[in-house]
Amino acid sequence: MGTASSPSSQSASSESVLDCDVLVLGGGPAGTWAAFEAAAAGARVVLADKGFCGTSGATAPSGTSVWYVPPDAGRRHAAIVSREALGGHLADRSWSARVLDTTCQTLHLLGERGYPFPLDEAGAPIHVSLQGPEYMRLMRKLAKGAGVSIRDHSPALELLVDEAGAVAGARGIRRQLGDLWRVHAGAVVIATGGCAFLSRALGCTALTGDGHLMAAEVGADFSGMEFSNAYAIAADFASVTKTLFFKWATFTDEDGAVIPGAASNGGRSVIARHLGNGRVFARLDLADDAMRASMRTAQPNFFLPFDRMGIDPFSQRFPITLHLEGTVRGTGGLRIVDETCATRVPGLYAAGDAATRELICGGFTGGGSHNAAWAISSGRWAGRAAADFGRRVPSGGARRGAGTVGLRDAGARPFDPAAAARRVMGEVHPYERNYFRTEGRLTDALGRLDGQWAALSASAASDRNDVLRAREAAAMTAVARWMYRSALARTESRGMHRRMDHAGADPAQRHYLTSGGLDEVVVARRAAPALPADMASGVAA
Amino acid sequence: MIEIISAARCTGCNICVTACPTNVFAPVPGGAPRIARPDDCQTCFMCELYCPEDALYVAPTALAPQGLTEGDMPATTLLGSYRAAIGWTPATAANRAVDTMHRVLKGD
Repeated sequence: MGTASSPSSQSASSESVLDCDVLVLGGGPAGTWAAFEAAAAGARVVLADKGFCGTSGATAPSGTSVWYVPPDAGRRHAAIVSREALGGHLADRSWSARVLDTTCQTLHLLGERGYPFPLDEAGAPIHVSLQGPEYMRLMRKLAKGAGVSIRDHSPALELLVDEAGAVAGARGIRRQLGDLWRVHAGAVVIATGGCAFLSRALGCTALTGDGHLMAAEVGADFSGMEFSNAYAIAADFASVTKTLFFKWATFTDEDGAVIPGAASNGGRSVIARHLGNGRVFARLDLADDAMRASMRTAQPNFFLPFDRMGIDPFSQRFPITLHLEGTVRGTGGLRIVDETCATRVPGLYAAGDAATRELICGGFTGGGSHNAAWAISSGRWAGRAAADFGRRVPSGGARRGAGTVGLRDAGARPFDPAAAARRVMGEVHPYERNYFRTEGRLTDALGRLDGQWAALSASAASDRNDVLRAREAAAMTAVARWMYRSALARTESRGMHRRMDHAGADPAQRHYLTSGGLDEVVVARRAAPALPADMASGVAA
Repeated sequence: MIEIISAARCTGCNICVTACPTNVFAPVPGGAPRIARPDDCQTCFMCELYCPEDALYVAPTALAPQGLTEGDMPATTLLGSYRAAIGWTPATAANRAVDTMHRVLKGD
């Protein structure tokens, strides 16, 4: 490896080749923090984004609250404990404390680097939220300023491994140029986001589980994939999901009658059941004038679709729907094995929504705030560790692509990516399969998904025009199988995982579920952290 | 869904081609970009924010365009409206530091 601070490059036929210490896949919050941290540690860093680093992902187009608690032991403890029951007592207090600490430090750093936090009456910055466009534009700038080489519109297709099985780079396409790229790296950070199965939840179109598949192909595994059925509320004509605002909604049926029990929190399943039979309407009429004004300046993007449709959401009823947010707002993802956010595969790290968030959320989404704090923290830890690891790896040596479906010839013809994606969507979008889970419906869906995986595996490699879509469809198929196999193994209701045939939590199942495997999906139990002394009594599950 | 590239305003800078996270636009030599892959649009409105000329209009409907043309734009009040709201125009820069989410989170 060279000693220059920028990655060295060379060309080989139609494939550009870069050499660096750390390759980050994904340019959302977790990826940019990982890249920034790795570069600050002196590593030569390449960040490859499927779209454009700055607008890609679920954070950029929206606003997000952040799990920010000042360094006050009492307030931090209260913040950690407050959501433990919701998460089914699977969160880990030591991880939560680390995340709160790193998030707090990082938001202060963001302010120093130019993020325009709003000020309170005393002129002190308020750190509890971030505006996505502003935040991600700044993160791109900070990453570039730290020396990161950003490659936009450069989706990765597969990881590269060395002869010992350690991850040693990745290969992908430059989709606006139509050629290939290859990056040789000492370590790789997967920060490709969660998987929302093309549900049209805001900013989720590119979040198809690509990193999950690539990681599984080198032997990484997952945790908490049963916690993958988050659904968000949106106007049925629009893309903007902001469930929080529906706290002030009155939900009505076609005839205008109030739907008993329907609510954004604690009553979303009532909405899902009604949507199975007919339309549901909302009106944000519970917000007073001051709150209406606050909502407008908190989330300008929420009001764009309404303003442009000529609808006043505070005084007029509008039809709503629920968009699946899958593991984006679920808590399952790549299993990390230590405090550096390493996966079980040498040289491979995971950060943000691609990684499990059970460590701070347990089995229930903490909403955007916990995910934003996790992206910052896991990104920085993974970036630092990847830099330390990647800089010590000697360059050179043989590398092979680890990709499977869509990349290797295993049959006479390639499969149709659009049709394959639609079949997965048909298995995971419907409320009756994914929201209201039962053994029978999960088993049926798994039979079809396993069949699809076998069929895709027995196909020819896709051509360059189709290969990205083919890999996305394969990734969604794989993620759906880890999800449903885990959901089948958890014969109780805990966190967001809801089994109609197993109501309530089972104290004997307060454990984590590891899942993984491609041709054969396996699920195994892992012990959860011991219940803290102040929780050990009075906790039913 | 992305619906309009104003031929009158577009300078052909192709920033939208680069900034679109789902690669919806295609450059056209010597002219305004083309909406080449509308079905990939995720209605995230990011292209509007990155367009320095306020030449783009994203329809509020996520599943299909509304059938609008540049002539339907009511006196430019909608073109650039989101960019102004978040403070990304020189005249509205003060809005960058306006974020009342803390009030919404507190619920008062």
